[in-house]
Amino acid sequence: MVLELQKPRPVWQIMFSTHHTDVGYLYLVFGITFLFMGGVLAMIIRTHLFFPGQGVLISDSATFNRIFTVHGLTMLFLFALPVANGIGNILVPIMVRYKDMAYPKLNAIAFWMNPVGAALLWLGFSDTTWVSYAPYSVIRAPGPAADMFIFGMKILGISSILSSINFVVTVIKCKHPDMPLRRVPLFAWSMLTVSLMTIVAMPTYAAALIMMLTDRLGISGFFNPWAGGDPIAYLHLFWFTFHPEVYIFLLPAIGMMYEIIPRFSRKPLYSQASGVFAFVMLGIVGFASWGHHMYSTGMDFTTKVVFMIGTLAAVPASGMHVFNFLATMWGGRIRFSAPMKFSVGGIALFFSAGAGGVLNSAMPLDFITHGTYWVVGHMHLFLIGTIGFGFVGMIYYMFPYITGRMYSEKLASAHFVLMFWGTVQTFFTQHILGLMGMPRRVYDYPTSFTSWTILNQISTVGAWLIGASFVIFLASLIYFSAKGKPANMDDPWGIGGKYYYPVAAKNPHGGHSGY
Amino acid sequence: MGHDTAEWVFVAVVIAILVYVGADSWYTEKLVEDVPADATVIKVTGQQWYWSFEHPNGTKEISTLHLKVNHAYKFEIYSRDVMHSFNIPDWVVFEDAVPGHVNHAWFAPNQVGTYPIQCREYCGLLHYNMRGTLVVEPDSKT
Ligand code: HEM
Ligand SMILES: [Cu+2]
Ligand SMILES: [Cu+2]
Repeated sequence: MVLELQKPRPVWQIMFSTHHTDVGYLYLVFGITFLFMGGVLAMIIRTHLFFPGQGVLISDSATFNRIFTVHGLTMLFLFALPVANGIGNILVPIMVRYKDMAYPKLNAIAFWMNPVGAALLWLGFSDTTWVSYAPYSVIRAPGPAADMFIFGMKILGISSILSSINFVVTVIKCKHPDMPLRRVPLFAWSMLTVSLMTIVAMPTYAAALIMMLTDRLGISGFFNPWAGGDPIAYLHLFWFTFHPEVYIFLLPAIGMMYEIIPRFSRKPLYSQASGVFAFVMLGIVGFASWGHHMYSTGMDFTTKVVFMIGTLAAVPASGMHVFNFLATMWGGRIRFSAPMKFSVGGIALFFSAGAGGVLNSAMPLDFITHGTYWVVGHMHLFLIGTIGFGFVGMIYYMFPYITGRMYSEKLASAHFVLMFWGTVQTFFTQHILGLMGMPRRVYDYPTSFTSWTILNQISTVGAWLIGASFVIFLASLIYFSAKGKPANMDDPWGIGGKYYYPVAAKNPHGGHSGY
Repeated sequence: MGHDTAEWVFVAVVIAILVYVGADSWYTEKLVEDVPADATVIKVTGQQWYWSFEHPNGTKEISTLHLKVNHAYKFEIYSRDVMHSFNIPDWVVFEDAVPGHVNHAWFAPNQVGTYPIQCREYCGLLHYNMRGTLVVEPDSKT
């Protein structure tokens, strides 16, 4: 076992444990594993698109469609959510000074639903796209893949509701009585916000999945125009859940940056109140903008305007985080160790992604960008650029805490440079491709469009750089957790101050004594 | 800890930019959606995996659409199976084809030439190849 190297325990003891740190490790190992599986699919997709008209690596569009669908589902539901939950599990109880999560058994159950959902998604290998719009998903998508997708998502959705209930109760009910809610560290606040959002948002999608299933079985016709239904209804249900869900993916990463930035700037946080306000504000306003995914479905003018205003209204809250980070760093004695590098890089990409998002939400511009590679670039600047960077930074930050050893700062720098460069090259280029009209989700494109070819190749090379950076990451994680120098557990980076929270995570199984 | 002036100024600047973006796109979108009354109606039908067109005089075309320069055209967009999205990128014509709905888009090409037509909403196996051509021809009467 990579983890717990100082006092090794049999793997099954961790697997059957309900202790929050153990469940947290399980989530982390699970999420990081799927990061690499989803990453392999991404490399296949990008390499394929390097060679238009030749069918390199993927010789038919059916397989291509399945690959990008499973890539998206994996990165969102088997990487981003589990890693956030993993770090949340390890840190939130410590931050609110409680012995465990509120419901430890429920916590373990919620985790163990993930492998089941993952198995259904990967064995089914559906071609519905992650959004699985009706009526394609109802009348055309081949089974059993699409049905396995429905059940897989169903299980993952339930798991995410269960773990959200657990986080809400842990933070609100189990926090130490001496600690007012507004003093709870911002990472725990981010988990609280996204958990509340999940509880409000997710049931709608759960209902939509059941309706899709019964539609597929021919029992109902909610989304099937030939049975009196309306596909647009599905889009509303889907985006009512999944626009808020994009903030659910995002906010834990922002919370992690709040952990890292003040410590490595060696200054107190600029404003706790402003961070709390921005989380809560985004959590509420985030529900007012789902229609920006549907401008071109034939929406009338007034509805479009309402959703545009709802979308723009959520932007100041994101801006407040950026301001808070910069104001914290301002005048600080910054130490650019790996966690800080990834956080600062993530903020830069967060800012550019947000600027692109604002352009998307302007209705007339969206008619140029919607359904093109622009949107692919936009979402990846958030998903890799912000969430990926935030998570990777946090994983480096917790590395000594979990393994008792130190990673190599040099290799981590190489990882950072390659990943940052690669992200800019891959996804900025995709914005330009989108403006040139290249549709997304295409197996191939005409070889006569030479500028598309060139930009696709630039983008692919960027993706290879990201791939290379993650090879370094994986090798570092494995090698240094076994062979790294023992870390100075009081202050692994020599930045002064305490490494972690004063209350140790007391694991009854005796393995990891916390710190 | 301080919620000081710098932050208020920053938030105010962000809001000002957003108000500008919102107002400008409200105005532009209003112009863009104003279809000229004399526009010729072309029926566009998407199905897996090609586009077909019908002119007001009943002429039908598949994949290639012939139009005259300096005329306004209004597209009535239908789908016969799943969702598609009718798109002529060079003229920013873009609207989804949704089964059970009729959607609209319009344009008035002012330049002779041939332009790609494509589908911009995932529609299954050959979505990538659901392409066509728009031919804008000189108007013989003028
Ligand atoms: C400043 C905040 C944001 C704004 C203004 C914004 C705006 C938009 C708009 C208008 C679209 C629709 C584009 C289209 O399909 O035509 C969109 C798509 C998307 N956004 Fe954002 N967004 C923001 C933040 C985020 C964040 C934080 C994430 C993820 C963490 C995200 C992920 C996505 C995804 C995944 C899509 C594409 C969904 C799909 O069609 O597959 N966005 N965004
Ligand atoms: Cu959205
Ligand atoms: Cu299509």
